[in-house]
Amino acid sequence: MDILLEIIMIPAVLALIKIVVIILLFALPLGTLLTLMERKWSAMIQDRVGPNRANIGSFTGHGLLHLAADGLKSIFKEDCIPRGANKFLYLLAPFFGMISAVAIFSIIPIAGPIGDFTFQVADVEPGLLFIFAITSLSVYGAVLAGYSSNSKFALLGGTRASAQMISYEVFMGLALMGVFMVYGTTRVSGIVDGQNEYWFGNLIPMWGVFTQPLGFILFFTALVAETKRPPFDAPEGESELVAGYFLEYSGMRWSAFMLAEYIAIVGVSVLMTTLFFGGYHVPWLHLWESAPQWLVTILQIIKFSIVTIFFCWFQIQLRWTVPKFRFDQTMSLGWKKLLPLSLLNLFVTAFVILAFA
Amino acid sequence: MSIASGYLPILIMIVLGIVLAGALSCIGLFLGPKLRGEVKETPFESGFLRNGMAGHRYDVKFYMTALVFLIFDVEVVFLYPWAVQVRELGWFGFVAASVFLGILVLGLAYDWKKGALNWE
Repeated sequence: MDILLEIIMIPAVLALIKIVVIILLFALPLGTLLTLMERKWSAMIQDRVGPNRANIGSFTGHGLLHLAADGLKSIFKEDCIPRGANKFLYLLAPFFGMISAVAIFSIIPIAGPIGDFTFQVADVEPGLLFIFAITSLSVYGAVLAGYSSNSKFALLGGTRASAQMISYEVFMGLALMGVFMVYGTTRVSGIVDGQNEYWFGNLIPMWGVFTQPLGFILFFTALVAETKRPPFDAPEGESELVAGYFLEYSGMRWSAFMLAEYIAIVGVSVLMTTLFFGGYHVPWLHLWESAPQWLVTILQIIKFSIVTIFFCWFQIQLRWTVPKFRFDQTMSLGWKKLLPLSLLNLFVTAFVILAFA
Repeated sequence: MSIASGYLPILIMIVLGIVLAGALSCIGLFLGPKLRGEVKETPFESGFLRNGMAGHRYDVKFYMTALVFLIFDVEVVFLYPWAVQVRELGWFGFVAASVFLGILVLGLAYDWKKGALNWE
């Protein structure tokens, strides 16, 4: 009984606390805020005012109340299931997207460990590989949603989504392999600590973006395509497929898809931060040896959040400034340009490591 | 570190994802109105009358893509161990992996030449 308590209960409770902190205080609020941020930022780019009407008395909070208004609205919407739909698969589809979006956060450290306590939910040896195995489930979400809705638009969207996601998955793994080579591990904490080394004395931190510049661009492109964000939004194709694979979903079930998408945006951002921008390590902070632990931890969390929010913003900026690709362009970009490039990147990385190390 | 304490948190995380999606899916059942109607339950086709079922057969052009993906993804899996151990395996590993990568590139070139990567 004691052993059971020690092996299962204590880690479970500890993990639960961390999960609640990371998901409920970081990922969910940021993902929810992003829905508003996206509308506001697009309005700014298109020289509009954006959402500003929802109010309590004269308080509008620059559109902040629209978050509450939208939430309330979709809670009280009717939950329609189209006729002829495969009910079981139709109800099952939203789960996959949510699972894969949330699972990313289980391996991300948001601050350095204090003694035995880590700011990371799970630090398993296969780390990233394990998480990619889970996140590739999100293909099923798109395919099942498209297939089960009994709508032609949804079916086409689902087919496109599956083709795009499996295509970009190939070189997402290849692009990341360069990072594994440089830091010699797939364990996330190992990769993050590897980025705390410095080149030329204390001049340049060995961040992934400097050791793997091409890998950085390839991986980011692959992740944007995986989340089906513009410019790779042919599966959702607002102008031709209306909304793509989740066209027939309504009310809160539709919100589940949208929320999963925005959490996935945050997930992409934390992955980029962790793998290519030193994770939680504040550059050159080790020079200040007498820094108190609490201050270091706070600085680490701040640095992690700033880079994460930057990448969230960058994805929104991408959506509203880059024209979208036609679907065949998306596919040939992936297979004919980015896949050979990522193979080349792998080869050159291995050569450089062996020749100069 | 036992296996349980390593992977258990990820399992909890997945359960959280399921609970979150389940909660969002169920709210509408309890709080939303339930007014069924002929038109409302018809799948959306830009306002036109329904023209046939969605389940009918159509040409999936991405069949080839799926095949190529299968081959490449499996080959990528073989490369992971080398990527992590690249320093330990040294030049021998590099040459071996180069041969493997060469075959991979040849396969890609063949697919390309055969038109498996074209979507017209």
